[in-house]
Amino acid sequence: MTILAKDVGVPSEKGSGAAAESPLHRFISNFSESRVALLGLAVFVCIVFVAVLAPYISPQDPYDLAQLDIMEGRLEPGAASAAGYTHWLGTDDQGRDMLSGIFYGLRTSLGVGAMSALLALVFGGTMGLIAAYFGGRTDTLIMRVVDVQLSFPSILIALVLLAILGQGVDKIIIALVAAQWAYYARTIRGTALVERRKEYIEAAACLALSHRHIVFRQLLPNCLPPLIVVGTVQVAHAIALEATLSFLGIGLPITEPSLGLLISNGFEYMLSGKYWISFFPGVALLLTIVSINLVGDQLRDVLNPRLQK
Amino acid sequence: MSDAQQLLAIENLHTHFFMKSGVVKAVDDVSFTVNKGEILGLVGESGSGKSVTGFSILGLVDSPGRIVSGQILFHGRDIVPLSGDRRRAIRGSRIAMIFQDPMMTLNPVLRIDTQMIEAILAHEKMDRQTARRRARDALGLVGIASPDERLRAYPHQFSGGMRQRVAIAIALLNKPDLIIADEPTTALDVTIQSQILYEAQRLCRETGTALIWITHDLTVVAGLADHICVMYAGRIVEEGSIDDVLDRPLHPYTSGLIGSVPSRNKRGNDLYQIPGMTPSLLNLPDGCAFRERCPRADKACLVTPEITRPVPGRRIRCFHPHLSEAS
Repeated sequence: MTILAKDVGVPSEKGSGAAAESPLHRFISNFSESRVALLGLAVFVCIVFVAVLAPYISPQDPYDLAQLDIMEGRLEPGAASAAGYTHWLGTDDQGRDMLSGIFYGLRTSLGVGAMSALLALVFGGTMGLIAAYFGGRTDTLIMRVVDVQLSFPSILIALVLLAILGQGVDKIIIALVAAQWAYYARTIRGTALVERRKEYIEAAACLALSHRHIVFRQLLPNCLPPLIVVGTVQVAHAIALEATLSFLGIGLPITEPSLGLLISNGFEYMLSGKYWISFFPGVALLLTIVSINLVGDQLRDVLNPRLQK
Repeated sequence: MSDAQQLLAIENLHTHFFMKSGVVKAVDDVSFTVNKGEILGLVGESGSGKSVTGFSILGLVDSPGRIVSGQILFHGRDIVPLSGDRRRAIRGSRIAMIFQDPMMTLNPVLRIDTQMIEAILAHEKMDRQTARRRARDALGLVGIASPDERLRAYPHQFSGGMRQRVAIAIALLNKPDLIIADEPTTALDVTIQSQILYEAQRLCRETGTALIWITHDLTVVAGLADHICVMYAGRIVEEGSIDDVLDRPLHPYTSGLIGSVPSRNKRGNDLYQIPGMTPSLLNLPDGCAFRERCPRADKACLVTPEITRPVPGRRIRCFHPHLSEAS
């Protein structure tokens, strides 16, 4: 989702017109230099497509109990269902079509991942900007909280929060935001500290623009590139973290299975040879995270002039 | 000069920086006045306190620095004790600033029109179309061709001189009474510099805006300013009208500065330079700060010299001025 937001963000510069090569074109051609990244982007776009269209392209609605038949539980990949279609990836112990389950699971996982990354970006980014802009005690206070938080493993923070809050999509988003905002805050503070010393901020202060205006209209746009990169990588982290929590059984409720929950469902059948219940959701999770990371790495290379050859 | 003409009067301004290693008296007992439409040159070496004086007027001295004492009378009203909001109302609309490096003072990711329109809207309520028209007029005023088109450009699409014109246009947007220009031509090459100087002078004459031109370059103010203040180590050591000071400098430092300007009739000879270095402002000892480098210094200079008026219209801080040459 962050990537999409980025793609929407760039065309606003198109108005400059005068340059033969617009910034958007340059960005696209730089990005396309890496075939691996393009492949990653293609896979990611497919995944997003599948996730968004899940209700329309799934052979079965895995949450419609009327369509499920417990007798079809744990069917092998390729087995035919009573309703006449093929379970390409087999079924789980409840007789749910795995392919449909994965489509729906991707929907939940991506949604939760993107939503929590976005909220963490907004919250963490704001905190980092405020810390860098005002400095002094505000900076110390915010950054010490960030330091304390970064010294804990993020899964621990999420675990503790979920133990207190209980299960639910909203709760896991809160937990993920709490576990991840500090990364954004630290990243943007580093950039903003450099930008803040530049004269255009002083010039803005001389024009007596308000603090809010300077922070969000002048400072923020100059700090965006690293934030976009961290945001992309953190979406992948958020998805992985959510899968971990769901696998542990404290993430999402059973009524809204994500990929992690699907994996955990099949976990007990792994050793009895029924690998597909865990295996295919695992592959889907892997593809999602790898594709996002590939895109994120390339974004980092493109947006950081120092890494360009 | 009558009070009606007087726009800005600085009286005994002290701006000190409180560092861990001691107190830096960046501005130490500075007083001067600027009349409406007048151009004042504030000259001095790096670290002599000229920029801090400018920032003090704007109320933008960053911690650990602060104005310790003194008054800044703007339109006859002391603006030092004013609250942040009221200070801000003056800043940017009544007093504007132009910075040294035009590459740095424009936000690189915002279009010129965005930056200009927001500078207007921060001080006046009006619709964006009116603000846009005013921005375009300001660009035209500083000599930018096809301002409508240039409004939609980004800073990186301008050359250095053009960018400084844009910066001046931004300073002019709210029709200020006073512009403080902090070495605005230092980063530009000489031909562009003279263009900018010409424009600045023309604009001041046309709009009646007063200008404080901060520079280390005497040749820049020579053709521009009406009045000149020479600063050394946080103090004004000499003040007077531009012709008086440049033709008959009273303070040894000023004459040293003038002697250091390379010129044609000194060709072949070694260039003159003032011996020694600017003293560290940290824990500056009592006495004349220039005495270590001064050819005329003696024991009297161990005491801080007070401001004297040896000649009408001139003020200096020196026990041994070049009075004989002046008279």
